[in-house]
Amino acid sequence: MDTPIGKIPRVKARLTSRDWYGSWKVRWAIGRTRYRVPPGLYAVGAPTHESPVLVTANYKMSLDLLRSELAGHDAWIMVLDTKGINVWCAAGKGTFGTAELIDRIDRVRLSDVVSHRNLILPQLGATGVSAHAVEDQSGWRITYGPVRAGDLLAFLRAGRKATPEMRRVRFPLFNRLVLVPTELAVSSKYLLIVAVCFLALSGLGSTGYSVHQIQAVGSRSLLMLLAAYFAGAAVAPVLLPWLPGPAFSLKGAFVGLLAALVIISRDWAGPGIFDNPLEAGSWLLMVPAVASFLTMNYTGSSTYTSLSGVRREMHFAVPAQIGAATIGVVVWVVGRFI
Amino acid sequence: MFGLRYLTHVVTLELDEQKCNGCRMCVEVCPHAVFEIVEKRAKIIDRDACMECGACAMNCPEGALVVNAGVGCATAVITGAIRGTEPTCDCAADPDCC
Repeated sequence: MDTPIGKIPRVKARLTSRDWYGSWKVRWAIGRTRYRVPPGLYAVGAPTHESPVLVTANYKMSLDLLRSELAGHDAWIMVLDTKGINVWCAAGKGTFGTAELIDRIDRVRLSDVVSHRNLILPQLGATGVSAHAVEDQSGWRITYGPVRAGDLLAFLRAGRKATPEMRRVRFPLFNRLVLVPTELAVSSKYLLIVAVCFLALSGLGSTGYSVHQIQAVGSRSLLMLLAAYFAGAAVAPVLLPWLPGPAFSLKGAFVGLLAALVIISRDWAGPGIFDNPLEAGSWLLMVPAVASFLTMNYTGSSTYTSLSGVRREMHFAVPAQIGAATIGVVVWVVGRFI
Repeated sequence: MFGLRYLTHVVTLELDEQKCNGCRMCVEVCPHAVFEIVEKRAKIIDRDACMECGACAMNCPEGALVVNAGVGCATAVITGAIRGTEPTCDCAADPDCC
């Protein structure tokens, strides 16, 4: 659309199937770091010099979430250059920050487009932006909007006031579920490396190295590794509040142990899948260790863990994970020769 | 033990109530309702809910808040330990992480 400073691109408030497909792909960590929009000023609807200015990151899903809430409304959207990272993560790194904000206001000549001097930032941008510093240095006043774009219209209707609930970050089941694909995709490379190692070792036996054995021992090893992978990267994250904790490593170990027990318990009833109790027992150590490690890494995806807490947790969890995994591998290898 | 609460008694958040001017910015930016305004001054009402994101300290015009801010992420701690830096989710070597 035309403005005093020339043409400004207009974005639609309605998401297309291509937008949904793009979001689905990045959830599986496909091209996640390349999912960007060019920084700059955009129009939604037919904004005037009095319309509100909303600020967001240049991760395409951030812009999509924002614009899809604005159907039937007129506003300016100023997209900061956050290197394709979402608002909260970028604010943590400082790229969604005071300096970039002030610089971007200048570059898009915002003062020539609107007559007011108010910006609405997502609340989670506050980790990187100092509102009083921006006002001191540029004269622009910042109002922090709600955490979720879904509350934006209610926030605007209420005279730019957020309710306490709009200011809270929660981590409900749905949010934990949508993160599962990313978690699985990111952890899959560990799974691949470990699986290859176990397949190679599966040939070991008291009669020497046998390719024949790889199939039998390798496939049940793979089953146990997959159990650990899904327990730690999918089940524990989804069941998070209902697992014993508060340490994530404990939650993961709990699900891992349960998964291993369920599979191994078949052997107690009669001839099962394992050669000997040593092999079965080794997995009771290895599966919880791997699951514990994966769930511990989920602290980064969660919305409520502090750095101090993570450090404290790792102080006891990492030695326990390494210990259990090491003993497990030794017992497993010994089991190959008995 | 259950629920979405993390470890207790570990958070580095400190508030100097003498410096506070009651502007409410900390209440506005905190994602976990750690603060409340009591008699025109900020008060920490739920310290253990703090995730050390640093938004309050960043937006306190009086400098009344101090917190050792950082990412509460085990992967970041490991990456930092390997590189000999502070915890970082800046994974130049790993384009797939946050």
